Amino acid sequence: MEWFDLTVVTGSLPEFWRGLWMTLHLTGIALIIGFGFAVPLSIARVSKNPWVSAPVRAYTYFFRGTPMLVQLLLVYYGIGQSEWMQQMWEAGNPFWLLFRDAYFCALLAFSLNTCAYQLEMFAGAIRNTPNGEVEAAKAMGMTRSTALRRIILPSALRRALPPFSNEVILMLQGSAIASAVTLVDLTGAARNVYSRHYAPFEAFIFAGLLYLVVTFVLVGLFRVAENRWLAHLQPRRSASDAKKN
Amino acid sequence: MKKVLLLSALLALSSFGLSAKEWTEIRMASEGAYPPFNETGSDGALKGFDIDIGNALCTEMKAKCTWVKQEWDGMIPALIARKFDAIVASMSITEERKAKVDFTNKYYASPVVLIAKTGSPLRPELASLKGRKVAVQRGTVSDNFATKYWAGKGVEIVRYAKQDEAYLDLKSGRVDATFADYWEAYGGFLTKPEGSGYSIAGDQYFGKNAEERAVIGEGIGIAVRKKDQDLKAQLNKALAALRTSGKYDEIRKKYFPMDIYGN
Repeated sequence: MEWFDLTVVTGSLPEFWRGLWMTLHLTGIALIIGFGFAVPLSIARVSKNPWVSAPVRAYTYFFRGTPMLVQLLLVYYGIGQSEWMQQMWEAGNPFWLLFRDAYFCALLAFSLNTCAYQLEMFAGAIRNTPNGEVEAAKAMGMTRSTALRRIILPSALRRALPPFSNEVILMLQGSAIASAVTLVDLTGAARNVYSRHYAPFEAFIFAGLLYLVVTFVLVGLFRVAENRWLAHLQPRRSASDAKKN
Repeated sequence: MKKVLLLSALLALSSFGLSAKEWTEIRMASEGAYPPFNETGSDGALKGFDIDIGNALCTEMKAKCTWVKQEWDGMIPALIARKFDAIVASMSITEERKAKVDFTNKYYASPVVLIAKTGSPLRPELASLKGRKVAVQRGTVSDNFATKYWAGKGVEIVRYAKQDEAYLDLKSGRVDATFADYWEAYGGFLTKPEGSGYSIAGDQYFGKNAEERAVIGEGIGIAVRKKDQDLKAQLNKALAALRTSGKYDEIRKKYFPMDIYGN
């Protein structure tokens, strides 16, 4: 195969593995942080009190309305250029020094971005909670917060599972922009290999394959999760169907 | 014997036929992010020393030239994919690149330098840079050099898509130094207000042995596809003509007070 020189890939395998690992933990941690904030914020988002819901709405409006790359560049290069920030760095302020680190900047931008998407997803699911479930909770004498905790949230989060799996996969692939701020993620590794060997096919096809494999595994995991937590929403199988399995 | 003669005559004829092809339309590519050699003007058009040289070559060859703007790290693949015919983008002539493309003779010389805060004790040597972060532009000669001689030996190499971003991070203190092409640093940083307080740490570096010189390169040339030997010859001829006619120095003076061609 003249157009595909396998030695380019085999010679750079450690770089690709390191890049893959970077991609995985960067997106993984960002998703977890995003989720942690998205759940409480989604409750604020559906609040009838405009003082509570409006700020959350403004936040999601900004972060869903601008590209993640722009957000990342703002956090990394934008903040780094301010005189004040540079003074803080020179003074060795441990909190602001975090912003000097490319990994932290990427994590911050990714978390803020995915949190905005996740919280709108969850808010939508909360709004779509069947009235019957809410009324039943009330009839049982549950307070609003108990109903939220025991009925509405578990039900909404389950129903949000399919769109959530999409968000996870979009974040995995969206994290490819991390290489714009010097992080050597999977795409960054491919770009390094590409520029070293002038071999675009080899570098990017292999990186693409790795993304594909990870996506495939994630899709499989979410299918298992959906079968487990969304089983009650699936059409009931007849006895003969059940036997087949 | 006769057959051999005939064959060689045929070969000579055919190669003559090939070299006789005059290029009258040439698509030239540059990056547009490497001032003062090539940059993007406020109107979006390319300008700079490379562009002026390219246009002067075209006038000399009586060819019609069009300019294509191309990102640096896709430059050589795009040339091979025939998106354009020549790269006039301050590209160093290196052994690695010669495996993929052909170069004309150099049109200026190009050492590499380490840029750090003025008065910094850092030097472009492994011992001096141990434990430090050095910024380079991905896919450049300085990247190749740093990767080959410093990476994995205690020097952290931080790669950027654009040299401008490396300067930003040098200024903000995210890296200790940047290792770059001398001319790039000269025009794009050191002579600009942003570069005040920063200077060359050590001296211009040309490589201390043949192996290092092969990585740093023999100067800056115009890259063409390997099969376009006729274009290469045409460009070399025009380049020599610019040198002797004084047109080259006329353009050079617009950008630099000193000689940049070297020997």
